[in-house]
Amino acid sequence: MITDWTLWLEWFVKALVWIFALLGGFAYLTYYERRALARIQTRVGPNRAGPFGLLQPIADAVKLIFKEELSPAKAYKFVFFLAPILTLVPSIIIAAVIPLGRSINVFGREINLYLANINVGVLYFMSIAAIAVYGIVLAGWASNSKYAMLGGLRSTAQMISYELSLGLSLIPVILLGNSMSMVDIVEKQSDIWFVFIQPVGAFIFWIATLAEVNRAPFDMPEAEQELTAGYHSEYSGMKFALFFMAEYQKMIVICAVMAVFFFGGYLGPGVDQYPLLGPVYMFIKIFLLLFAMIWVRATWPRFRYDRLMSFGWKVLLPLSLAIVFITATGILLADQTGNAMWMWSIPVASVIAGLIPVVTIYQALRRLSYERA
Amino acid sequence: MTLDLALFLLLALIAIASALGMLLSKNAVYSALYLVLNFVTVAVFYLLLGAPFIAMAQITVYAGAIMVLFLFVIMLLGTDELPKSQVLPWQRPLAIVLSVLLAAEATFLLVTKARPAGNVLQPDESVNTMENLRQLGMLLFTDYLLPFEVVSILLLVAMVGAIILTKKEKGAR
Repeated sequence: MITDWTLWLEWFVKALVWIFALLGGFAYLTYYERRALARIQTRVGPNRAGPFGLLQPIADAVKLIFKEELSPAKAYKFVFFLAPILTLVPSIIIAAVIPLGRSINVFGREINLYLANINVGVLYFMSIAAIAVYGIVLAGWASNSKYAMLGGLRSTAQMISYELSLGLSLIPVILLGNSMSMVDIVEKQSDIWFVFIQPVGAFIFWIATLAEVNRAPFDMPEAEQELTAGYHSEYSGMKFALFFMAEYQKMIVICAVMAVFFFGGYLGPGVDQYPLLGPVYMFIKIFLLLFAMIWVRATWPRFRYDRLMSFGWKVLLPLSLAIVFITATGILLADQTGNAMWMWSIPVASVIAGLIPVVTIYQALRRLSYERA
Repeated sequence: MTLDLALFLLLALIAIASALGMLLSKNAVYSALYLVLNFVTVAVFYLLLGAPFIAMAQITVYAGAIMVLFLFVIMLLGTDELPKSQVLPWQRPLAIVLSVLLAAEATFLLVTKARPAGNVLQPDESVNTMENLRQLGMLLFTDYLLPFEVVSILLLVAMVGAIILTKKEKGAR
């Protein structure tokens, strides 16, 4: 057993730091998203509260706290209450395995800049992602309303379908990193980021995570025109705020995970001498990836639901199986021949494999548009 | 070891309670939720035994994928409240006889064959490293290749069967 109380203190402080970082990150991510969306759409965005509108998230929070909480008369009360919590908790606990840096020396004590370096980190991420569906499903069911129910069902089907591609797109990372621990995976990328070796895998991971966190263009569960607000139609006040918070915190942790798996995590120039640069590099990478998410939301229209499903099952799943095969073959060839150049067969073959569905879909869409004209 | 014992007893309590809740609850959704709790408890048992890989696989596969599908089907069919099932006349007596037999057999074996279990062997450190995962993979693809492939073919057959059952035939209504 661990009897060293300072270790407990260290864990406690690190967990607290993560939670506050995610809470603050959530608040300012909403601001960031609204400003960035406004820029892209040539609007101004929130700019009244405080300098540059920087106090806007605080005003929003105060508003949400003081809103009246309603719960539908025929709702299943306990589950209705449980669902927002079940949605929020997974988005926080994924952060436990994300490494922010190596270790720093504080008052003569080595402190690792991660909460837990467990040897099944990748699997931990997958299992939490699998659990995260429950909150949304139960919210849809417990509200006892048609719109919420349909939203919940849609999101279940969508998350199950895209989870497969998500899991398969992580296998190349495990193969290349030769480990399931997130810290090991980051350290393996000191020569070259995995996104250069397996670009298609990174792309599939990106698409699948967009679907997992129900972001545009995969925000079918809350398509306003069809389902009012989907699974959280019946929620108000702080319960709604929890769903809102969960979505944005998931965006942050997903971007952090993406940075760890494909973009070298906390690695960057000078991180060997100054380990404190690790969190800074992580922050920059998360910030840029978040921008990409907002950018996607601003530019892509929502998918049609049947197309979303067939895209997930008929395009992403076979493609991710193909890249698993390609990666394994490339690593085996490099091992057997002892020639590291074989590693470059992985990106080449993957990109070719990735181009096949792109070209096919493009041609099919062209044919469709000719038929319509 | 007392802490381990306390944890074990607490977990066992939760596992049994959630299993009972699953059986006794009238609402199918609550049943499913109790089952999820049960699966998660089992995963924690694995963690307690020092097998994080199996624990995570348990959560991903059972609590994550399978139970979500269960919930999905329950919600899609709208069978939240279970209807009163028809009881077959011979079912109850038979169930009672069989369960008494099972209990008697278990008691007999427990009394005659039980030995002090001694200390459970603690798995050494190498078990939970990547080396062990690799060993698991090697075993699956060498010694246990046939069962492994048979299981995957079984799953494939189930999948094909489901697709054929639900597929509309052309022209048929």
